[in-house]
Amino acid sequence: MRSILNITDLSLSELDELIATAEDMIANPKKYSEVCHGKKLATLFFEPSTRTRLSFEAAMLELGGSVLGFSEASSSSAAKGESVADTTRVVGCYADIIAMRHPKEGAPVVAARKAGVPVINAGDGGHNHPTQTLADLLTIWRKKHTFEGLTIGMCGDLKFGRTVHSLVGAMARYAGVKFVFISPEELKIPQYVITDELEPRNIPYKEVSTMEEVMPELDVLYMTRVQGERFFNEADYIRLRDTYILTPEKLATAKEDMIVMHPLPRVNEISVKVDDDPRAAYFDQVLNGKYMRAALIMKLLEVTV
Amino acid sequence: MIIGQIKDGIVLDHITAGRGMDIYKILELEKLDCTVAMIERAASHKMGRKDIIKIDKDMDIDFDVLGYIDPGITVNVIRDGEVVERRQMELPERVVGVLKCKNPRCITSVEQELTHEFKLTDRARQIYRCVYCDHIASK
Ligand SMILES: [Zn+2]
Repeated sequence: MRSILNITDLSLSELDELIATAEDMIANPKKYSEVCHGKKLATLFFEPSTRTRLSFEAAMLELGGSVLGFSEASSSSAAKGESVADTTRVVGCYADIIAMRHPKEGAPVVAARKAGVPVINAGDGGHNHPTQTLADLLTIWRKKHTFEGLTIGMCGDLKFGRTVHSLVGAMARYAGVKFVFISPEELKIPQYVITDELEPRNIPYKEVSTMEEVMPELDVLYMTRVQGERFFNEADYIRLRDTYILTPEKLATAKEDMIVMHPLPRVNEISVKVDDDPRAAYFDQVLNGKYMRAALIMKLLEVTV
Repeated sequence: MIIGQIKDGIVLDHITAGRGMDIYKILELEKLDCTVAMIERAASHKMGRKDIIKIDKDMDIDFDVLGYIDPGITVNVIRDGEVVERRQMELPERVVGVLKCKNPRCITSVEQELTHEFKLTDRARQIYRCVYCDHIASK
């Protein structure tokens, strides 16, 4: 019995295996429609995230399984002060697998130790969100057919963006990858990401403050939201905000086959005028997320077609 | 300066100079009813200066805690005036129930009954991280 709490809990060959399953599922959905018949997924969402919860539930339903759970702490026993350990131990008696989201970092570690069934971390505060990274990886794979040798630009809030940190950790394991970090001074990638992930593997990276200066080099442009509350004053935010909005004009110098990604929801950091550009891949990420969650559920339940 | 020989007890040698008092407090040696000698800034060939603690009684020591605080320490167990065991401390793989995670966003900050636990993630840089939130422990 195994839980997935962090993207690095999965080896590269396991990631390949999940991607292969997801691609097969996309090609042959019928083959998978009953593989989890009789199995139950519990979605324990101690904080609301409708998008992620629906993705997990849709994934399980497409595998022929059923779902149960709660979508916010106030409708669960946590509101009465029950610990994560007790809640998951109880739910582990009903469900075959748990997807859990919690506002506190490390809560899924507690759950995984007590549940008695596999636990998937569906986001623990600003810490980890491995299934978002799985969605990102499948998206890159389906567009590029490789992870090696790619130049990946990450743009916006690189300081607090857990999806960014997690994708850097995942992509840093592939040969020939380069990173370009595009952010305002206030929201630069944390030093520990560089010292823990990039420097030990001698991975080239650079830090710049505008996307225009690096656009022609990029194979992937990963956009994130720049939130106003991260800044000390409104004036700084307004001044910087436009710098980190992707428009068709800025995209003009990009490679023909570059892809634009975003973990969604977006506010205004990608102009809607970019949506119809063939390079826009952010809605593909949503669908890919469902398939990768399904592949992961199958793997942890040890079911095969 | 000569400090009396111990018959049965423990000598903590090669303590980093200046750390002796911290170790005295963490091991709660003030609670013992026997003689405890604290020697500070003794000359050492290996270290220049070192601290030494002599405890005139056999006691259980949490070697993981000691190794975490100061991995250079040598623990000598004395019986009938002879060293019967010499143990070199090293960084433990895990430190359980001693350090507190200081990350306010960590699950341990809201669930008081959880045991705080750290794992060694980088031996060369002596980095320990919270097993829950990955926050680095501060010494
Ligand atoms: Zn912690």
